[in-house]
Amino acid sequence: MQTNIKRRIFLKGSAASGVMGAAVTAGLLTPQALLAEWNEAAFKEKDVTAAIKGMTGSDSSEESDKIHIKAPDIAENGGVVPVSITSDIEGTTDILILAPNNPVPMVAAFALGEGAEAFARTNIKMGKTGDVVAVIKAGDKTFTAKKAVKVTIGGCGG
Amino acid sequence: MAKSSIKLRAKVKNDVVEVKALIKHPMESGNRKDKKTGEAIPAHFITEVVCEHGGKTRLSASLSGGVSKNPYVSFKFKGGASGDPISMSWKDNKGKSDSVESKIK
Repeated sequence: MQTNIKRRIFLKGSAASGVMGAAVTAGLLTPQALLAEWNEAAFKEKDVTAAIKGMTGSDSSEESDKIHIKAPDIAENGGVVPVSITSDIEGTTDILILAPNNPVPMVAAFALGEGAEAFARTNIKMGKTGDVVAVIKAGDKTFTAKKAVKVTIGGCGG
Repeated sequence: MAKSSIKLRAKVKNDVVEVKALIKHPMESGNRKDKKTGEAIPAHFITEVVCEHGGKTRLSASLSGGVSKNPYVSFKFKGGASGDPISMSWKDNKGKSDSVESKIK
C-alpha cells in the first residue's frame, strides 16, 4: 500500500509522456503494448461539440442517415446499455460513442485498423434518459447520428 | 496472473472476422460515492484496448469511465483466416495492463 501511495504522488507530478516513459522503465509495459496516447482532454470535456472536436479535430459535423445505431428504446439498467454502431459511410476510420447527458459525454472512441469493418459494439453507462450520439470520422469529415434511449435506473451513480 | 482478465473470441464468417471480447474490470467512473462512507470512489477504468492480428493493429479503442463494468467490446475485420493468432491488450488509468492471445476459429 505504501508503495502504491508513493506511485500515485509520483504519477500526479509527471506529464503524460513522462508517465508512459516511467511505466516502460519500470517494466510494466512491454514496448509492444505501447498504445496510442489516450486523449485525456476529450474524455474530460463536458461540452459535446468540444469533445467531438477534441477527438476528431472537426467541429462541423453533418447528420447522416448512413449511420445505424442499435440501442434499446428503453434501458431498464442504465449501467449496461448495449450500443452497436454500423456505418455505411465510405472511408470510415473512427467511430465515437457519446452520451450527452452523462457527466462526461465522451464514452468510447474506436480507431479502426487495417481491414476493420465500420462496426463497433460495446456496453455503455447512461446516467439518465437521453440520446446516444454516434460520430463517424471518414477522411477529414465527420458525420453524426443519434438515438434516444429512455433510462429507468441511472447507471452513473451519484 | 494465471487467468487473463480478457476473454477473447474471434470467429471467421464469410471472410469477415468477428471479434468479441469481455474484459474483467471495475470501470469506476470517479463519479460514484461510497454509500457507507460518503467518500468518492476514485476513478479506475480502462483507457485503451488494442487488438492485433497479423502484425497489424486491427482496432485501437479508447474507453472512459462511461463504459460499463466488465466491458464488452466487439468489432469486425477482413483479412483474417481460421487458425490465425490474434491478441488483445488493455491499459487502465492506473497504469495496469493485461493482454491475451487467442486463435481465430
